[in-house]
Amino acid sequence: MPDSIIAILEQHIASKILKQPNRRIKPDEAIISSGLIDSFSLVDLALFVEDTFNVRMDDSELNAQTFDNLDQLASIIQTRQKKS
Amino acid sequence: MTFSERLQSHLGRTPERVAVYLQHSGQPDLPITYRQLLRGANAYARTFAREKLQPGEVVILILQHGVDLIYSFWGAVLHGAIPSIMPFLTEKLSPERYRADLAALISVTKPAAVVTYPEFEAEVRAALKHGDSVRAVIVTNKLELQADPDFNALAGMNRSENDIVLLQHSSGTTGLQKGVALSHRAIFNQLDAYGQALNLNNGDVIVSWLPLYHDMGLIAGFLLPILSGVPLVLSSPFEWVRAPYKLMQSVSQYKGTLSWLPNFAYNFCAQKIRDRSLEGLDLSSWRAVINCSEPVRWESHQAFYERFKSYGLKLDALQCSYAMAENVFGVTQTDLSRPPKVEEIDREAFMTERVARAPVNGRPAMKMMSSGRPLANTRIRVLDEHGRDVGDGKIGEIALQSDCMLTGYYNRPDATKKAFHDGWYLTGDYGYVSEGEVFVSGRKKDMIIVGGKNVYPQDLESLTYEVPGVHPGRSVAFGIFNDEAGTEDVVIIAEVDSEDSAEQDRIADLIRRHVTKNSAIALRHVKVVGPKWILKTSSGKTARSANKEKFLKELELQG
Repeated sequence: MPDSIIAILEQHIASKILKQPNRRIKPDEAIISSGLIDSFSLVDLALFVEDTFNVRMDDSELNAQTFDNLDQLASIIQTRQKKS
Repeated sequence: MTFSERLQSHLGRTPERVAVYLQHSGQPDLPITYRQLLRGANAYARTFAREKLQPGEVVILILQHGVDLIYSFWGAVLHGAIPSIMPFLTEKLSPERYRADLAALISVTKPAAVVTYPEFEAEVRAALKHGDSVRAVIVTNKLELQADPDFNALAGMNRSENDIVLLQHSSGTTGLQKGVALSHRAIFNQLDAYGQALNLNNGDVIVSWLPLYHDMGLIAGFLLPILSGVPLVLSSPFEWVRAPYKLMQSVSQYKGTLSWLPNFAYNFCAQKIRDRSLEGLDLSSWRAVINCSEPVRWESHQAFYERFKSYGLKLDALQCSYAMAENVFGVTQTDLSRPPKVEEIDREAFMTERVARAPVNGRPAMKMMSSGRPLANTRIRVLDEHGRDVGDGKIGEIALQSDCMLTGYYNRPDATKKAFHDGWYLTGDYGYVSEGEVFVSGRKKDMIIVGGKNVYPQDLESLTYEVPGVHPGRSVAFGIFNDEAGTEDVVIIAEVDSEDSAEQDRIADLIRRHVTKNSAIALRHVKVVGPKWILKTSSGKTARSANKEKFLKELELQG
């Protein structure tokens, strides 16, 4: 399950945010602290996560301390899906 | 009148009136009355005196959104020192680059002191050199106590209105920055003229998240309200970009009447706010949301209006201004009683003849939105390359004259001299005048304006050359307008020897990371190509517009 979440996130970020559809993002690759995803795209990512996985993301969570790679984001999503 | 005298007058008449409602995510809003503002500022003024800072000396403020930034700014004013706010280091920017920028700023501006947090003191000291101008690094936990000011003892009360009151640094990415030096008199003249254009009154409430190191945030979103006695609800760009709905919530809660936004923010708000964040909000108090600091787009206003009209937003509230730090802030302002005028002009005539005229027989048209008429104290001319007036409807460089111009670029007499021609300030912006209204159409230089921030392509190209595998002279940077975002996307193209696509992707990644870390500019498209992709002029210079066209064509072919 987390693998498929990661794959969906990777595909969205590569094609919609980075505009490089073939770009691979490793599950442990830093995406916020590295500057790969800029602050203007963070809200996009949160809206995508909410719509796609039916979980809530708070704006206070949109920082590298809460998640900085796909692994961490996928596990946040998975934990919330289990709760609901 | 000086800033200190104005503050003294507010304190005397309305000490308990709230000057600023300071907002922080996850905390209740903090109301700061004029009395509290002056007590907090006085603690800084006394600290500056303790550190032997002299009136007329520059103090650099390296602080984030919060009370210390506000108090230290006004503390410097009360002490008669010249505050200048520098952006704080963000996650995006590398500390090395930040240090280099700070060192460059110090070498030109020659500040006597820097104010920062204790946690950041080491970072500031790392940018200092033996024998430079900085005599004190003042940290926010070693201040004198807050107390009601004794105006007789405050050095700021002895300033004259022609003295420089603050420096506003332009937002160049790298290299030598220009600090716009403004006098008390210039700022009050601007506030009078601009306030008149806005019909500013004591029912107004200004809501802003704009950064105070930028002229729009500093003047419209800080000095105008505080000096005019109009309440300010102040958040930060850091919080707004993560939670844009909070702007609407604040307007509804405080019955906000005036806000300023760069063009992209209209699109951002229209696209990225959920219905659930808007439930029960009333935006009918908003009498002007003023589009300023990047090219204004009618489409952006439409999108914003469609998204928020069911929450009470009035169509007349969407307005425009053309502004620049060199005129303190506003140069023009649209008439708030009606929507900005929109002209349809012939696209080809605009491009090739530099004329704005109505399209004939269904030829391709473009919509130009007015930035309004010049303020009462400001005069405008539109000039051709020989400095002659071009006449109505013709595109040329906008020049201006007013009683609120900069004193000069601080310690840069060369740059100051270059900016003026026969007593007129040359803006570097292209535009035209139609029936007394100014329409701004572009920049003279290849500057990219992304999210209200000015970026010089040559700065980004230089950074690209620092990436292993990219040869000097074989990179080109430019902006392409993104209709969805309402601002420009930054494109970098770099030539490398390798034709291998995996190797090219690897270098593209390195470029993206390196340029962003050193400029704090996010890149949308990074294209690494094999030899001989980039077009050069006959003299060997990179032709940005030709490369931009080639890039756009390829993008189109890819679908």
